[in-house]
Amino acid sequence: MSQNGAQFFEYVLRLGDNDLILSQRLAEWCGHGPVLEEDLAQTNVALDLLGQAQLWLEYAGKIEDKGRDADQLAFLRDTHDFRNLLLVEQENSDYAHTIARQFYFDAWHFLLLQALQSSSDQGVREISEKSLKEVRYHLDRSSGWVIRLGDGIEESHARMERAIHALWLFTGEMFEMDAVDIEMKERQIGCDLRALRDPWLNQVSKTLEEATLKVPADCWMQRGGKRGIHSERLGYILAEMQFLQRAYPGAQW
Amino acid sequence: MSDWPLWEVFIRSQHGLAHKHVGSLHAPDAEMAIRNARDVYTRRNEGTSIWVVRSSEITASEPDQKDALFESPKGKIYRHPTFYPVPDEVKHL
Repeated sequence: MSQNGAQFFEYVLRLGDNDLILSQRLAEWCGHGPVLEEDLAQTNVALDLLGQAQLWLEYAGKIEDKGRDADQLAFLRDTHDFRNLLLVEQENSDYAHTIARQFYFDAWHFLLLQALQSSSDQGVREISEKSLKEVRYHLDRSSGWVIRLGDGIEESHARMERAIHALWLFTGEMFEMDAVDIEMKERQIGCDLRALRDPWLNQVSKTLEEATLKVPADCWMQRGGKRGIHSERLGYILAEMQFLQRAYPGAQW
Repeated sequence: MSDWPLWEVFIRSQHGLAHKHVGSLHAPDAEMAIRNARDVYTRRNEGTSIWVVRSSEITASEPDQKDALFESPKGKIYRHPTFYPVPDEVKHL
């Protein structure tokens, strides 16, 4: 693979890994949702993200051109090979944390996919376009919950406030431009992540205000996920997600 | 959440003209009822439109009024179009 291809592979891998890990996290709620309707709704989002992950990882495999498909990329890589944001591997904790994580991600994901609609690469354009329709609904849903819980009863407000603040330090990574991002932007395959920061903050502030929640103050931001430096939490996610292929290599159903 | 009211869900399918009752669900308000209906009842691409109605807003006929309500038409089979023979020459009926 050429140097060009290596950067492109890395870029698409990041897009796929975000979706895959968040999907796996949401799937942990399956059968444990607060009410049946919400259980189904949350699992629907998980499945949307899984579908998107499959498209990105399949595409990454093609770009890499070493014969790895989406399954191999999902099930046969170790933690340091994963390129997802730290935000999406954070624990579900209570429902407020799950919703806050989703809301921060959805607001960013939506802007990102919108920007990628004008990518110079047809594959990136097509997957973004298809995903954007689903993500519009995800954002609508998670914003709605932030408002309901924030502007709800005393306890839901307190929990939402805690979650919004607890996850804030993982939001900086979404707008970070490293060598891969810069090159992808120069080749017009990717977009300027820094330019997404203002519209993201606008959207988040507007929703938090409606939810009677305070926008967290600027603070030190945790980073590393995009480079493969993860919290120990990712290991547990992979242990569960990859168990079958590790224990029974090549198993199919 | 146990105090969420019950809603009846009506979906208009891809080809159907009328909304059809598909089931019920719990939701705190109409907006959430629509969302929940989308997530519970249109997962297999069933719908193009959703209606939700609070179950308590539905007035139903009384089961013990069945005879009073439905006995009369039972003897009037001539109200069915199949009661009349249709001549072969008539097309597109």
